[in-house]
Amino acid sequence: MPVATISAAELLAPRVMELGPAAKIDTGSAHWRLARDAQDVAWLVLDRAGESANTLSEAVMAELDTLLGKIEAMKPKGLVIRSAKKGGFIAGADIRDFAGVGDAAEVEKRMTRAHAVVDRLAALPMPTLAVVHGHCLGGGLELALACKHRIAIDGASFGFPEVLLGLHPGLGGTFRLPALIDPLEAMTMMLTGKTAHTKRAKALGLIDALVEERHVKNAVAAAMTGKLAEPRGSWKSGVLGFSLTREFAARKMRAEVAKRAPEAHYPAPYRLIDLWEKHSGNAKAMQKAEIKSFAALLTGETAQNLIRVFFLREGLKAQGKGDSGIAHVHVIGAGTMGGDIAAWCAARGLKVTLTDIDTEAIARAIGRAAAFYDKRLYTGIARRDALDRLVADFSGDGAAHADLVIEAVAENADIKRKVYKAIAPRMKAGALLATNTSSIPLEQLRRSVPFPERLFGLHFFNPITRMELVEVVGHGKVADATLARARAFCGAIDRLPAPVKSAPGFLVNRVLTPYLLEALVMQDQGIDKETIDQAAVDFGMPMGPIELADRVGLDICLEVARMLKSSLKTPMPDIPEWLEKMVADGRTGRKAGKGLYEYDETGAAKKKTDALTPHASLSDRLILPLLNACVACLREGIVADEATLDAAVIFGTGFAPFRGGPLHYARSRGVDEVVAQLRRLQEKHGDRFAADAGWAQLGKVS
Amino acid sequence: MAQAPGKTGVAKSKPAANRGKPAARRVIGPSRPAGAGRPVYLVDGARTPFLRARGKPGPFTPVDLAVQCGRPLLMRQPFAPDAFDTVILGCVNVIADEMNPARVAALRLGMGDAMPAFTVQINCGSGMQSIDTAFRTIEAGKADLILAGGAEALSHAPLVLRQEAAAWFGRFAMAKTALERATALAGFRPEMAKPVIGLERGLTDPITNLNMGQTAEKIGHQFNITREAADAYALESHRRLAKAQKNGALAGEVVPAIDRKGTLYVRDDGVRPDSTMEKLAKLNPAFERPFGRVTPGNSSQITDGACWVILASEEAVKKHGLTPLARIVDSEWSALDPSIMGLGPTLCSTALMQRQGLMRTDIDLWELNEAFAAQVLACVAAWEDEDYCRKVLGLPEIFGTIAHDRLNVDGGAISLGHPVGTSGNRIVLHLVNAMRRRGDKRGIATECIGGGQGGAMLLEVI
Repeated sequence: MPVATISAAELLAPRVMELGPAAKIDTGSAHWRLARDAQDVAWLVLDRAGESANTLSEAVMAELDTLLGKIEAMKPKGLVIRSAKKGGFIAGADIRDFAGVGDAAEVEKRMTRAHAVVDRLAALPMPTLAVVHGHCLGGGLELALACKHRIAIDGASFGFPEVLLGLHPGLGGTFRLPALIDPLEAMTMMLTGKTAHTKRAKALGLIDALVEERHVKNAVAAAMTGKLAEPRGSWKSGVLGFSLTREFAARKMRAEVAKRAPEAHYPAPYRLIDLWEKHSGNAKAMQKAEIKSFAALLTGETAQNLIRVFFLREGLKAQGKGDSGIAHVHVIGAGTMGGDIAAWCAARGLKVTLTDIDTEAIARAIGRAAAFYDKRLYTGIARRDALDRLVADFSGDGAAHADLVIEAVAENADIKRKVYKAIAPRMKAGALLATNTSSIPLEQLRRSVPFPERLFGLHFFNPITRMELVEVVGHGKVADATLARARAFCGAIDRLPAPVKSAPGFLVNRVLTPYLLEALVMQDQGIDKETIDQAAVDFGMPMGPIELADRVGLDICLEVARMLKSSLKTPMPDIPEWLEKMVADGRTGRKAGKGLYEYDETGAAKKKTDALTPHASLSDRLILPLLNACVACLREGIVADEATLDAAVIFGTGFAPFRGGPLHYARSRGVDEVVAQLRRLQEKHGDRFAADAGWAQLGKVS
Repeated sequence: MAQAPGKTGVAKSKPAANRGKPAARRVIGPSRPAGAGRPVYLVDGARTPFLRARGKPGPFTPVDLAVQCGRPLLMRQPFAPDAFDTVILGCVNVIADEMNPARVAALRLGMGDAMPAFTVQINCGSGMQSIDTAFRTIEAGKADLILAGGAEALSHAPLVLRQEAAAWFGRFAMAKTALERATALAGFRPEMAKPVIGLERGLTDPITNLNMGQTAEKIGHQFNITREAADAYALESHRRLAKAQKNGALAGEVVPAIDRKGTLYVRDDGVRPDSTMEKLAKLNPAFERPFGRVTPGNSSQITDGACWVILASEEAVKKHGLTPLARIVDSEWSALDPSIMGLGPTLCSTALMQRQGLMRTDIDLWELNEAFAAQVLACVAAWEDEDYCRKVLGLPEIFGTIAHDRLNVDGGAISLGHPVGTSGNRIVLHLVNAMRRRGDKRGIATECIGGGQGGAMLLEVI
């Protein structure tokens, strides 16, 4: 008797996507497929060769140009554009084309050519329709906007993330989006880079219809016969046509943007507002100005550094490729970290058991998870399923089924060892054991684990929902296969793995601690904490060191600082006695409502407003010790290379992304200059500023 | 989703058929009817805390509750959740969002797309019906491993539109012209806006129009159960549950539940250990004022809760290395006049014992669902009533007294509540756990069933 080998759902799943006649036909072009159906509608399908997702490269645009010529000659009744990739429509421009670009005039030429292709699409006389599933971003959205109609399949998301790369839309988005939807909403989308998920896109008027994949063919027919509602502009376009209202709106936008991104560091949103204010309503003028402004931004330092960071991120992401073989995660310890790790993993589709001796702590973690899902998951079904996957495990039974056990108990080697002794015999064969320790070297922990080859560190950062980095910590006895699975696990849960060697503080805490301690020394010397924080923010940090210490928790900072001070030979600032007293008194930072700052009910720090504006040199006293520690880590081989180090410090600490990473910053500033400055600081403040031996090596390479 | 009760053995105990047969122990043979199939074991089970309805929908739907206790139960098994053959769930008040709650629960428990699941409904017997159906299926060799449960969220019972209001709304919805709509609108009467509480209707017998509490009044009167006796029984139920909670007798059986707000529910919250005879005496009758004996204090509580048990064949026990807790020996369902439904347990339990050749003294422990104190006491009194035993139960002599220290030893529905579709499941699970704790050998779990029925199940500790 034949035996079933596959479920009905699995067998039938691929029979879903509607590509019309272009499903099979090969036109001979590398990236696009063009075919005409029985109703005389042309289907133009993008299926980029050799890539898992569609992006717009120069070659893709050139091919499109040729095919549009064919379509003009072919005179079909209509044109459908869609993607053959499972993941989505088009993820945007091919950023590889942007890296290292320095000649603005050359960029202008390239963009003018690309604009001509998009204009050609927009000028086609027949109905044109973009059928969108999954991501429709940047240049992809600009192509879709050049069509007369857009329909979306549930799950589609639309956005202009250019601003995150220090750019604004450059392929017509700046005038086509405000012409289609409420101009203020359009500007918000472009200024924040936030994507509009399907329902929101429908509400905004970005799409004409929301259809099921199985009805795409009928929807196409409706669009071609004029049965789809015509997109209509927003009434606000009229009001904003007056320069006075527009100036007022632009002023408000600038003020809003300034709260998040200073113009000196992030010029792109300001240039976009300028464009809109000057040229809104005049597409031709706007197009010219957009190309010019885009070219200037792309060749500027901020965009180039952010593009570098994009590729650094891709580099970390690539480390997370592969199959982790992890479907069930067992988390021990339902504190903030453990609870949030569990909630995050469940949201990413894994089965999670969360255990703690304190059942109330488990309950609180589940409540936090539910609140997080309410905010971040789109449907009631998705929220329910995530909560169903997150199992409160009151007796630790999950350990026997889990493929990965993550220990997130108190930062104390004895407690951790006790947990391992109890858990190891319950784990199934081949399962991995990870510790979320932020500072204890794994050599001190592995003695109590009978299978050190399957033990490693998985250091998440708080809050895990925003901090993408995870330090994957190895040690002498861990198996390579274990670390590969650990990295793939990070990839599977959409976090960025940074492989680091087991050493005090690993990478991130090691480089952060001198920075935080120096801030405390400065405070001891009578500098206002607001001034200290402002110096770091002026440099480009997302928040100052004093506020960061409060966020991390002063108890944890103290623990890490003590450990680093006792285990490293490098001179470090003394830990102020008052810090120990504060921690002993329970003034442990934001979580306690009081730390170095006082906090209001919303968790905002109460800062005084009359603090002195920091002198430019103040930031060096904070940042240079951090750079110095980075160089030491590189010299000691705690990370494999400069790229990993720059990436990890950016995604683990928020280090000013537009500076391209700490080492990249040091190199752009000049290694000799940085070392000289360190020497000056050493003379003034002491040996903790002594330049690390690694600088010499760094100087040679560059 | 209504499933007929398993018509197995004697579906209806007919007293006439039993008449003349000796009630004394016959040959002690295999303690299941000749020709019956394979042995069936209860290997594990767990329930949620039972949560009192507090005048608004509680934090969990029936399936939420089934998921809350199902996840930890499945997690502590050595086999994967998709190893089951079937899922059967008893549920009386199914909510509109969870049609066939058994299947919804199976999918939400991660038991796989390929898991068949169905829901059974025989009112207060639903949770035991699921076990019985699972038992007979495994016994017959058609399955090896079944998850059988009960789930009920009485706090979610809907408000129902009155018939006349529904008809008015129908006319309005169908109206096409403005005039028609206006005419339809004008037909509205304020009293239509007053909804019927679905639960109240659900607890009223449609044949006799008696509320369940009234049926307890009736048999209480027929067996001379006084208000004081009923109150004293209720007080003891609370005392026993409080003690069981305190000394850990419910550990493993009750697993905590957590709602979306992060609130932890650890134990049955209807228990009132500080209750006294004086406090109980102050309560007004709930159903037949002002002279009735049945009060909110000596009735079961309106409660949300779910319970699951795992039944396994010999093969499944061996294959997965399971530890059987008890063997299900036999089961029985009986029916009688709906207005005296509370006496159902006397019929089915007696018939079951007769078939198995057992006497009262062979049964070490009883779980007799506490729908009402007066109803439990009426059953006990009926078994002490010679006329009733001879003429109704067909016994040659009086059945005898079930000692209170062998009956509902850890409290019951009066103290912990009666989520109707769940209770039958809970009493089977708790019977097994209590027998093992006490070192008992054989026990019966039985319940009265609204509409005039009774269900009983005989289990032996392994």
